[in-house]
Amino acid sequence: MDAVLLARLQFALTIMFHFIFPPITIGLAWLLVIAETIGWRKNSEVYKKIGKFFAKILAVTFAVGVATGIVMEFQFGTNWSEYSKFVGDIFGAPLAAEGVFAFFLESGFLGLYLFGRNKVSKGVHWFSGLMVAVGSTLSAFWILVANSWQQTPAGFIVQNGRAELANFWDAVFNPSMWIRFFHTLDSTLIMGAFLMAGIAAYYLLKKQHTEFAKTSMKLAVIVGLIASVLELFPFGHEHARQVALTQPEKFAAIEGLYATEEGGAAMVLFAVPTDQPPELHGTIEVPGLLSWLVFGDVNARIQSINEFPKDEIPPLFLTFVSFHNMVVLGMFFIFVMMWAAWSLYKNKLWENRLLLKILLWSIPLPMVAIQLGWITAEVGRQPWIVYHLLKTKDAVSVTVPAQEVLISIILFGLIYLFLGALYLYIVIGKVKNGPEPLTIKEGTV
Amino acid sequence: MDLNIIWFLLIAVLIIGYAILDGFDLGVGVLHLFTKDENERRININSIAPVWDGNEVWLLTAGGALFAAFPIVYATVFSGFYLAFMLLLFALIFRAVSMEFRGKVDSHKWRNLWDWAFGIGSLLPALLYGVAIGNILKGIPINSDGFFTGNFISLLNPYSIFVGVLSLTLFTMHGSIYLSMKSEGEHRVRIKSYTPKLWIAFVVLYVLVSLYSFFEANYLFASILSNPLFWVFFILLITGIIYIPVAVNSEKFGRAFIASSTTIASMIGLMSVSLFPNMVPSSIDTAYSLTIYNASSTPRTLETMLIIALLGMPLVIGYTIFIYKIFKGKVVLNEDSY
Repeated sequence: MDAVLLARLQFALTIMFHFIFPPITIGLAWLLVIAETIGWRKNSEVYKKIGKFFAKILAVTFAVGVATGIVMEFQFGTNWSEYSKFVGDIFGAPLAAEGVFAFFLESGFLGLYLFGRNKVSKGVHWFSGLMVAVGSTLSAFWILVANSWQQTPAGFIVQNGRAELANFWDAVFNPSMWIRFFHTLDSTLIMGAFLMAGIAAYYLLKKQHTEFAKTSMKLAVIVGLIASVLELFPFGHEHARQVALTQPEKFAAIEGLYATEEGGAAMVLFAVPTDQPPELHGTIEVPGLLSWLVFGDVNARIQSINEFPKDEIPPLFLTFVSFHNMVVLGMFFIFVMMWAAWSLYKNKLWENRLLLKILLWSIPLPMVAIQLGWITAEVGRQPWIVYHLLKTKDAVSVTVPAQEVLISIILFGLIYLFLGALYLYIVIGKVKNGPEPLTIKEGTV
Repeated sequence: MDLNIIWFLLIAVLIIGYAILDGFDLGVGVLHLFTKDENERRININSIAPVWDGNEVWLLTAGGALFAAFPIVYATVFSGFYLAFMLLLFALIFRAVSMEFRGKVDSHKWRNLWDWAFGIGSLLPALLYGVAIGNILKGIPINSDGFFTGNFISLLNPYSIFVGVLSLTLFTMHGSIYLSMKSEGEHRVRIKSYTPKLWIAFVVLYVLVSLYSFFEANYLFASILSNPLFWVFFILLITGIIYIPVAVNSEKFGRAFIASSTTIASMIGLMSVSLFPNMVPSSIDTAYSLTIYNASSTPRTLETMLIIALLGMPLVIGYTIFIYKIFKGKVVLNEDSY
């Protein structure tokens, strides 16, 4: 098999699996900060219980996140050595900065947060929880700095056969960095909120731990509603505009602009795309809307796919479908959270079994949206590994035989399948066990 | 002293930090394979539970710093050691989740499974780090284009495996001292009895590896005796090694831990002194070796990274000490424990 394709498959597999866990960690960590703050300042038993219970879920999630994250730190070297040589002067710095400014903070204080409850004052314990949230957010910041640089490289000059650093701040605050950071960070809050709301809905449906469930539900719905709305506007909107302005091929691909038309571009609401030939089928669209959203003018021209060299455009079907489904899910989150907030306000949520069931079964959906967003961003950047600078096919390790990559893919696949199943089994078990403190049996944990 | 030398030193410091801190975690994991009692097994795991994750960050940061400061080394070695590296990653994955998963299901078989994962997931890295170092010391086949031309089997040469067994023994001894600080009663008596045996094995192996190195990697000894830094590390190393059994005998485990940490640090120090200015010697031709100059980033990047390190690391060391102080003393199992 093709060594480049195998290396890409392995990267996709390992990053997508890893990327299940950090968003849950970050989102939950901030919800925990809120719960622990109320629990501590108001001395509220139920908030303390929320803190304790979700901290356990955070711990399992964090462990799998760390385990799968180690792979990512080294995989640029193992599978993408030509990439590493080309961008090392710039790309290594944010990874190292992540270690120094973020990983140490989150890992160190997570230990204190999980195991130090009885060893330190309430204030110090609260602070350790805050540092876990801050650390994991900083971690996301530096990783997104690195990723954004691949999308919209800045602050470099190409000389001596590689990209060399010209201006550190330009490289860090490259054109897509801030909006990507806010868009991604907000998605983690949606993830955390839906997880908490879904678990609360489960207890309400079962009529168990009612006080705990009602309080968690309120917290989750408030955070979830705000985060879902912000995700569409301004973050999603601005992120799409940034893509339109800085990566026009990607924008044309995700929006389904395949042929040049006179006047403004239409917003495609629904279509089934094909790559060869680039066509949309069964299209439902709003004329001029896309141009208006990007430039505030219904007649503004937006470049379409046929205006770019054929070997410099991303896969069309995958980017279009993942982007549009992500947007649909985003709309769905707003709808569900508004409905839940309204029912909460009217005091009808506890009896609304349909809505509770929807909340329960929606738990995985923010994760689906996050993965789709990731596919949109990364596949949309193809065929480049660094946009307009280095092609993916020129970035792979030349000394690693394809068979060895195949072996590692198979092993990663099996191990991750096993870990994923165990993670679900353990988390579901924890939820079923409930938030009441368990009595410790002799010889168990 | 130029930026390249500073970064060579800083990477060495990060590796030393990792070896000392995660070294005892790995050692505890190896000893876990020889612990049968459930309560003692829980003490083992909980002795490192609050800190192992932070300790492993030293490895991640060393990796990131290597990528940033010496990208050619990062790219060449990691792709060259591909399968060995994957084996290391799989081991670290299982070790990381084993502690968290182990106590989550009340079944003997389940716990047994994760005890093995924890033990093997600790033993393999402790061994593989030594194998990797052995290969670096001996030199690896790097051709004129800077590509590694060896394979997985060529990495498993007798010399490197010997160094691997040495590092495994060293980390296990280091872990036994740490666990002696953390455990009580019969558990501690048994763990404590391992230390002198491991110490003897370590000393014998170290002498043998040094002799073997003289034949296998003679260049390491070329001009070393005239280097004052060599003597500094050498004296520290001998002092550390001799002091370990003295301190263990008088039950001063904290001091013994400092002694074994000094031993680890000076071993890596000696290795760095003898490699310098090479980072990865080529066994094909020394002209192809990766050095701190031909494998580095630009001065601008090295300078930026230095600022990041100077801003961040004092803070890291500060709160790491703060957290260790909180968890000082014997392990007491409570509702938060694994």
